[in-house]
Amino acid sequence: MGNIVLDKVSKSFGATTIIPQLDLEIENGEFVVFVGPSGCGKSTLLRLIAGLEDTSGGSIKIDGRDVTAEPPAKRKLAMVFQSYALYPHMTVRNNIAFPLKMAGQDKAAIDRKVSDAARVLNLTNYLDRRPGQLSGGQRQRVAIGRAIVRQPSAFLFDEPLSNLDAALRGTMRLEISELHYQLKTTMIYVTHDQVEAMTMADKIVVLNAGNIEQVGSPLELYRSPRNLFVAGFIGSPKMNFIEGAEAAKHGASTIGIRPEHIGISKTAGEWKGKVGVAEHLGADTFLHVHTDNLGTINVRASGEVGIHHGDTVYLTPDPSKLHRFGAEGMAL
Amino acid sequence: MARKVSTQRKWVATIAAWAIAFVIFFPILYTIITSFKTESEAIAGISLIPSGTLENYFEVQSQRDYFKPFMNSVVISVGSTLIALLIAIPSAWSMAFSPTKRTKDVLMWMLSTKMMPAVGVLVPMYLLFRDTGLLDTRLGLTIVLTLINLPIVIWMLYTYFREIPGEILEAARMDGASLFNEIVYVLTPMAVPGIASTLLLNIILAWNEAFWSIRLSAANAAPLTAFIASFSSPQGLFWAKLSAASTLAIAPILIMGWFSQRQLVRGLTFGAVK
Repeated sequence: MGNIVLDKVSKSFGATTIIPQLDLEIENGEFVVFVGPSGCGKSTLLRLIAGLEDTSGGSIKIDGRDVTAEPPAKRKLAMVFQSYALYPHMTVRNNIAFPLKMAGQDKAAIDRKVSDAARVLNLTNYLDRRPGQLSGGQRQRVAIGRAIVRQPSAFLFDEPLSNLDAALRGTMRLEISELHYQLKTTMIYVTHDQVEAMTMADKIVVLNAGNIEQVGSPLELYRSPRNLFVAGFIGSPKMNFIEGAEAAKHGASTIGIRPEHIGISKTAGEWKGKVGVAEHLGADTFLHVHTDNLGTINVRASGEVGIHHGDTVYLTPDPSKLHRFGAEGMAL
Repeated sequence: MARKVSTQRKWVATIAAWAIAFVIFFPILYTIITSFKTESEAIAGISLIPSGTLENYFEVQSQRDYFKPFMNSVVISVGSTLIALLIAIPSAWSMAFSPTKRTKDVLMWMLSTKMMPAVGVLVPMYLLFRDTGLLDTRLGLTIVLTLINLPIVIWMLYTYFREIPGEILEAARMDGASLFNEIVYVLTPMAVPGIASTLLLNIILAWNEAFWSIRLSAANAAPLTAFIASFSSPQGLFWAKLSAASTLAIAPILIMGWFSQRQLVRGLTFGAVK
């Protein structure tokens, strides 16, 4: 089980309100990602669920049980920290065994569960080492091992990959997703990296200044962002926003079009511009086009295109992929 | 890029360092040398070669029993250090891991008590000790040394505890550890080097403390600092005996310091490198 319900949860530190008031329901077995810019309250929200911070108001229920006033140890949750937070004076074996030891399990059971976890996470050869003798990825695996042996109701991940290099981040991302398929346990994952959010989540919760901007599957958020914030945050490269007369033509105060939904031609099209920086990535080409009236528009062209810095080009947005936003920034 | 240091400069620096170390150590060395001289040799002038007599040590021991002040020093320095640690560990713990808006002020206030010259409170302290019957007792000196060293002990432990990442303690909490288990299995093992160096440094500070020990003790509770002072008596100065007494007084702490160099170096540079 791992059903988590937040009801009117709020959090303030002194006079500073981090989370004004928030409702959220997380289904059993879901992979939920909290995403948002730095300082949006996503880590605080995770810590509230973990019990590492006290709520200022509202209630938190796990599997129907009100845990708002319960200490972290009693919530049956496991957490993986950004800094791994391994016990430096203990071997890998003792690190993984620690939660079982705290739960008062007998030695035989502890040994069996530790070796099971070590096998799943490819740590069998490192059990007698200390965290200081491991690489970043191995440490992260130990932290995950320490979490899985407890068989918690839900896993909480607080930006677990942000200390790893890009290549390792990609591998660990796959491993965590794979682990979710295997364990089918609820996972809540905090990140500011929207690529992680898009690739891993069943459900993304986009946060901004302590408020939920939108909740939905990655593709729902990509296709139908509810407001300008979500539209700008989800998707890479970012959606282009155009205001003024061009937006008014579509009956909106702002229109948005994703870089991959703009056609580019050297001969004819709707918006004329000059190519600034052209980033040739092989599979894609990112073009920064300076238009006459609409500012800089980013375009993502598939594959290699024979367009270079200084070329005059014409852009045509796909009308079916155009997003319209009202004066308040909400989608129309 | 690492800064290049020429061999010649290394030699100059090494010789300079040894020279400075020798100058600093010289008074102690000269005390030890003098303790092996006769009284007439001792006042004759500077000489680094003693006659090697052990007479002073026998004399010192026969005049005043060394063992009694030695035991007083041990009881007072170790006792005051342990009591200070007992008070300081929870205090530093709460200030490091659960600070409030006033924590910095409290720390500064504690440190400020070390800025006042001790002689400023000598009279009230003496009267308090006299009226409570603590004059010339081990208990009285232990209390005083606990209190005067407590700010340093709390500060040292506070800086050590601050270096322990809070996330590790949170991880222990998430792993189901009670506060007791968190302290026993996670925090204490991680803080042991810090606690050890604080303990050693404080024992040395307490062992060497002379101002209050000499003034608040007489025959019964006098520690080794008072023992040395008693040799500069109205009968005149007996350099060789005074040196023998000094050597006996510093020997235990010198030996302890030698064996715990590593912890001490960390203790003495606490807070310097984060």
